[in-house]
Amino acid sequence: MMAILQCSNLEKTFGYKKALSGVNLSFEKGRIVGLLGPNGSGKSTFIKLCNGLITPTNGTIIIDGKAPGIETKAIVSYLPEQTYLNDWMKVSDIFNFFDDFYADFDIARAREMLSSLGIGEKERLKTLSKGTKEKVQLILVMARQAKLYLLDEPIGGVDPAARDYILSTIIKNYNQDATVVISTHLISDIERVLDDVVFLKNGEVVLLSTVDDIREGKGKSVDALFREVFKC
Amino acid sequence: MNWSFQPDRPIYVQLIERIKLLIVSGAYPAGSRLPSVRDMASEASVNPNTLQKALSELEREGLVYTQRTSGRFVTEDENMIKQVKKELAIEQIELVTKKLIEMGFSKEEMLALIESRIKEMK
Repeated sequence: MMAILQCSNLEKTFGYKKALSGVNLSFEKGRIVGLLGPNGSGKSTFIKLCNGLITPTNGTIIIDGKAPGIETKAIVSYLPEQTYLNDWMKVSDIFNFFDDFYADFDIARAREMLSSLGIGEKERLKTLSKGTKEKVQLILVMARQAKLYLLDEPIGGVDPAARDYILSTIIKNYNQDATVVISTHLISDIERVLDDVVFLKNGEVVLLSTVDDIREGKGKSVDALFREVFKC
Repeated sequence: MNWSFQPDRPIYVQLIERIKLLIVSGAYPAGSRLPSVRDMASEASVNPNTLQKALSELEREGLVYTQRTSGRFVTEDENMIKQVKKELAIEQIELVTKKLIEMGFSKEEMLALIESRIKEMK
């Protein structure tokens, strides 16, 4: 098995605050990985580092053999926590924009997803609800044939029905050569979709396991274990 | 259909049980072609690798087999399916009898109760 993403001794500090420290992770091809941790545990920092939006204080990240940069952006499909799309644009404008920008964007598939969610292509983003905007953004990300999907809180802001749709999209989109990393703290919804889980606590990896190993070894769900590890 | 899972046991084990149930009940008849991993995973809304693991285990047990070019099939061996059906039934009976014994029922009382209950069902 070849790792699509590998990081060693990764550290990121913001001033005196350590957001991540001593993170060693390796994600293999064809896995769906949950990056789990409470607010402020370093999930988004990790994902931003992988996208080259911020640079590590120490340590390295290698994606498909390269450091994060222009080449990795062509194979990484990133769903940020916040929307970055221009409000005045129509959904169709953004589709064309992505189609121009990313060689792996499948516009036909994006249209198909859009219509299955009942969203009109001619609608302007400005007129869409927050949840619908998030759905559009997820469509953009999932319609790419990427090698690595980095989804930062994809299910946080949408209703349970849309959540199911998102999870089923991830399953239908599954490809043995692609890896999906999902950061979230809504574990019970997502547990059954994951191969592996990483628990982040105060910027450090405290657990790395497969879902079934946790269930088999501890006799409890990942959700129950999470509540135990991160008990306030 | 959204399959539900118990929180305290591996998901692949529960998938094996579920698929066995679909086979012995005839929902997936003997010799029939199973849906693709992607479709089954999507229907059960589970991880495709987990489903693959469950199917490999069922294959090891001989209940399903893979034909290299055309997919995965339920065994044609009806006796084997009957045998599995019986095993599943015994598992359930053991669960029930264990509970009833805990409650203080004797074997005769259990039998009488089950018999009368089954008659009432008709």
